[in-house]
Amino acid sequence: MNPGYVPNGTEEQHEEGLGEFILHHLQDSKEWNVFGYHVHLPTFTPVHFLGMEIDFSITLHVLMMWFASLILIGLSLMAFRKNKSSPIAVIFESIYLFIRDEIAEPNLGSKLGKKLTPFLTTIFVFILTCNLMGIIPLFGTATGNLSVTASLAIITFVMIQGLGIKQHGIIGYFKSLIPHGVPTYLFPIMIPIEIIGLFTKPFALAMRLFANMIAGHTVIFALLGLIIVLGSVFVSPISIGFAVFINLLELLVALLQAYIFTILSALFIGMAAIGEH
Amino acid sequence: MDATGLAYLAAGIGAGLAVIGVGLGIGRIGGQAMDGTARQPEAGGAIRTSMIISAALIEGIGFFGLVICFLLGVK
Repeated sequence: MNPGYVPNGTEEQHEEGLGEFILHHLQDSKEWNVFGYHVHLPTFTPVHFLGMEIDFSITLHVLMMWFASLILIGLSLMAFRKNKSSPIAVIFESIYLFIRDEIAEPNLGSKLGKKLTPFLTTIFVFILTCNLMGIIPLFGTATGNLSVTASLAIITFVMIQGLGIKQHGIIGYFKSLIPHGVPTYLFPIMIPIEIIGLFTKPFALAMRLFANMIAGHTVIFALLGLIIVLGSVFVSPISIGFAVFINLLELLVALLQAYIFTILSALFIGMAAIGEH
Repeated sequence: MDATGLAYLAAGIGAGLAVIGVGLGIGRIGGQAMDGTARQPEAGGAIRTSMIISAALIEGIGFFGLVICFLLGVK
């Protein structure tokens, strides 16, 4: 910046515009931008249910989740043909075996682990597909929406509580929440903490996935926005170089976050269902 | 200084503080994991898994702070 530079109104509006622009691209929207054509997605009037207003309109992220599901269904149908040695079948098999041997069985034991591997694999593959679709132009990141990640976390929450209660019985499960050997006078503190802890786990799962997916895109947009904010062509090689680097990092993060969501789900389910002996 | 300015200031300082905490935590985990792997290379796989899990737990908290700061700064 030159020393005589005084930030005036238009410049400030410009910066505001960039922030708005970034937010607009990260948020869910009711239209899908295909090469400049705005495809309007169907909207429905909100349904009133128990005093709440629920909007069932199909948004961009819903569409992206459908795409992810369609891709996965298609790949699975291609994988489970008679020819067991097709490349797709081998890829699916190695993902399944990895989750069974590295995630499910160490955390859940061999019996429960084998039973829950399909669930964990479904979560892993779905999150991975949604994350990777966010990197492809034209598509949106469905996992960059708090509602989507919260729904995934609620599924995990139900699995944790359901399997915990199934293994220990209702009374036994709530008794097992409090660690052994805690003196009685600490119960008034321990019980609320443990009950809050039940809800913190899925909340942290949802927050982590959402924030990780949002953060990478924000950084890419901010780096590219630097060209416009500084108003110079000479910034662009640096900006674009860093943006490519962050994009490659996003590939790693997409894989890592799917893995972390799955392994933490397995860990929490294992903690509730098996307990500390 | 008006309320908007204070919000921007809070967003900046908050983001910095969140990153300091997370950086210290993850740095310590990474260092200790390297230490452990160097001492016992055959336990590398197990150490890496638990390192990723604990780094993810810390990172989640850090991102929670950063999201709040981002909302403060942009809205």
